[in-house]
Amino acid sequence: MLEKNPVIFIILAFVVIMVGTSITMIAPFKWINGPGDMIAEVKPYTPLQQEGRDLYMREGCNNCHSQTVRTLASDVERYGYGGTYSKSGEFVYDRPHLWGSRRTGPDLAHIGLKYPDPKGAWHRKHMENPQSVVPASNMPSYAFLNVPLDTTYSERKMKLLKFPYTQADLNDLKGKSEMDAIIAYMRKLGTDIPVKKADAAATQVLPTASNPFKDVEAIEKDAKSLFSQHCASCHGEKREGTLGPALKGSAKSDADLFKIISQGIEANGMPSFNTSLDEQKIWKIVTLIKLDTK
Amino acid sequence: MNAKTQYYDDSVKGFIIWSLIWGTIAVVVGILISLQLAWPQLNVAPYLTYGRLRPIHTNAGIFGWGIGSFIAMFFYITQRLTKTPLWSPKLARVTLWIFNVAIASAAVTLAMGINRTKEYAELEWPLAIIVAIIWVLFSINVFMTILKRKEEQMYISLWYIMAALVGVTVLYVVNNLGVPLHLFKSYSAFAGTNDANVQWWYGHNAVAMVLTVPPLAIFYYFLPKITGNPIYSHRMGIIAFWSLIFMYLWTGAHHLLWTPIPDWIQTVAMAFSIMLIAPSWGAVMNGYLTMNGQWEKMKSNYLVKFMICGITFYGLQTLQGPMQAIRSFSAFIHYTDWVPGHVHMGTMGWVSMVLFGAIYYVTTTLSGAEIYSVKMANTHFWLVLVGQLIYSITMWIAGVQQGSMLLATNPDGTLHYSFMETMIAIFPYYKIRAVSGFVYLAGLALFIYNIYKTFQKGEESKTAKA
Repeated sequence: MLEKNPVIFIILAFVVIMVGTSITMIAPFKWINGPGDMIAEVKPYTPLQQEGRDLYMREGCNNCHSQTVRTLASDVERYGYGGTYSKSGEFVYDRPHLWGSRRTGPDLAHIGLKYPDPKGAWHRKHMENPQSVVPASNMPSYAFLNVPLDTTYSERKMKLLKFPYTQADLNDLKGKSEMDAIIAYMRKLGTDIPVKKADAAATQVLPTASNPFKDVEAIEKDAKSLFSQHCASCHGEKREGTLGPALKGSAKSDADLFKIISQGIEANGMPSFNTSLDEQKIWKIVTLIKLDTK
Repeated sequence: MNAKTQYYDDSVKGFIIWSLIWGTIAVVVGILISLQLAWPQLNVAPYLTYGRLRPIHTNAGIFGWGIGSFIAMFFYITQRLTKTPLWSPKLARVTLWIFNVAIASAAVTLAMGINRTKEYAELEWPLAIIVAIIWVLFSINVFMTILKRKEEQMYISLWYIMAALVGVTVLYVVNNLGVPLHLFKSYSAFAGTNDANVQWWYGHNAVAMVLTVPPLAIFYYFLPKITGNPIYSHRMGIIAFWSLIFMYLWTGAHHLLWTPIPDWIQTVAMAFSIMLIAPSWGAVMNGYLTMNGQWEKMKSNYLVKFMICGITFYGLQTLQGPMQAIRSFSAFIHYTDWVPGHVHMGTMGWVSMVLFGAIYYVTTTLSGAEIYSVKMANTHFWLVLVGQLIYSITMWIAGVQQGSMLLATNPDGTLHYSFMETMIAIFPYYKIRAVSGFVYLAGLALFIYNIYKTFQKGEESKTAKA
């Protein structure tokens, strides 16, 4: 009968398709984003952050950057930035989700935790000229975002998405550029849930011994290359200081320098490098910085 | 040619020509973005940046080349299998017009940054509605032709065609639901984890209903036509058909392993992905066994080469896919270049190979002429085969290498490589991949020239007879 009646065939095909669809796609609406998923600390986007998110979509950033830290140890270590893996409740205000499918660039779900600087100086420099910060990066330049932000629809967006906002939030949009908005968005990512000190300590590299590199000449080449890759973008190739302070003449002890590089200084915008540099590498950089003082 | 039934083939030809144009654009943009990954200075802000171009590449490939040529083939096959002329030639012509306007508008709006960001559903709501209308108009035309058919039995290809008509409609409409802000911007109807689950239910079944079911319909029709032997087992085809369209819809979450999607959905997706090997290989074996006793045609008949190579890539694709759907393997290769390697074996290998073969066959039928150059068709075959293999193999190597580096840890549990170190390691592969694109494009150029000359030859012989 089926091979002779197309109407019955098409109805049957629809029913067959709907079995898996109902169970794995429709039914989960009952649980996902429900009370069990909600995280009290996670706040909706402000008008400026939502504008930034819309720019992130306009530029198709999701084609190279994912936004989910998987429950894998290496993911948490690399992209958690002191926080933990992504939870469903972090995304309840994301319409659409921006999880992505390819990491040509790093995951950004918790990028707000990496660069604590309130001015977003690193992001600005990086967006304008990625290679000035990460020399081998293949990210395009986004200097063209340095134009005034179009705020025509900002208030309507808040209403449509049912996000709370105040007049002060809207006033905050005045004089902002597209660059300001996208940086505001990136600085928000992952920062709602407070990072527990215990979690943060668990991922930190603490020196187990004193500086093992006494013979500076043997490691100088190595250390310079590390410095150039990780530090020069903010401290200058010759350690003369650009975004960050000059590192010549540092009077700090080896142990202090190690701690700063490993853990960062949040108030100054110095990121922590405990996820990108292992103990040996940090010690090499410390040795190089000290070498300058001689 | 068709003394008994007058078939309407103008729109078949129209859709073939336009799908070739959009397909060429997809490949050219693909080459450009592959070069941009190796040399970022090739990004031209703001319209020609990687982030804006990549959706143009995928949309031109899936909607322009894929759907465009499937529409052509469905019109062609349906008329012949039903022994009935197309229900409405006028509607077919209108569909082609709207199709071209929609694909061109898609390219322009995506370059402008009007982008919903959901993969393979990037088009903003007015265009998404137009795409849905195109599909419905086309579906009505095909379905009405089937309803009015003169041949009572419906061959397996018609089953696959009808399943695609229903499946694509359901998937596309649901995943595109949203709330418009203004003409060029809307927000998804779903949020966060729900949105991700809906997206990959759509994303993976777009692979099923657009990139698997239609090429299978085409394969089942043309392989017997080309070889002159009936398909090995109609029954096996039917069992494979029902299990395929049943199982596919459970597997979307294998794109979301280790994410906040509920674990049971991930596990179910994993299990069904493995089970899918059976129906997929049902089709592959049907193809191979049809070739029993006539394998020498792989040497002598260029069309058989395309068809059998295509179904072989389908077989490999449907072994590799389930492998990637296993949690532990996904942890290793997901988010790396392994995945583009996999995808392009399916698109450049399986789907395009079968379409190349089908288009050659249809071109000779429609033009009434022999193919312009068999030698050129053979060269085309080798260029696309080699281009595709270089692409996929380099990306698999790059994926394994980067995946291993990303997971490598020191004895104290810290990460051994920084992210940039893992990137620097794979840049050489990006350059090789760009070369593979040029090889593939050269093959495509020969193909288009051959098709053009064959149609021209047909016209000449018609005027000569007149």
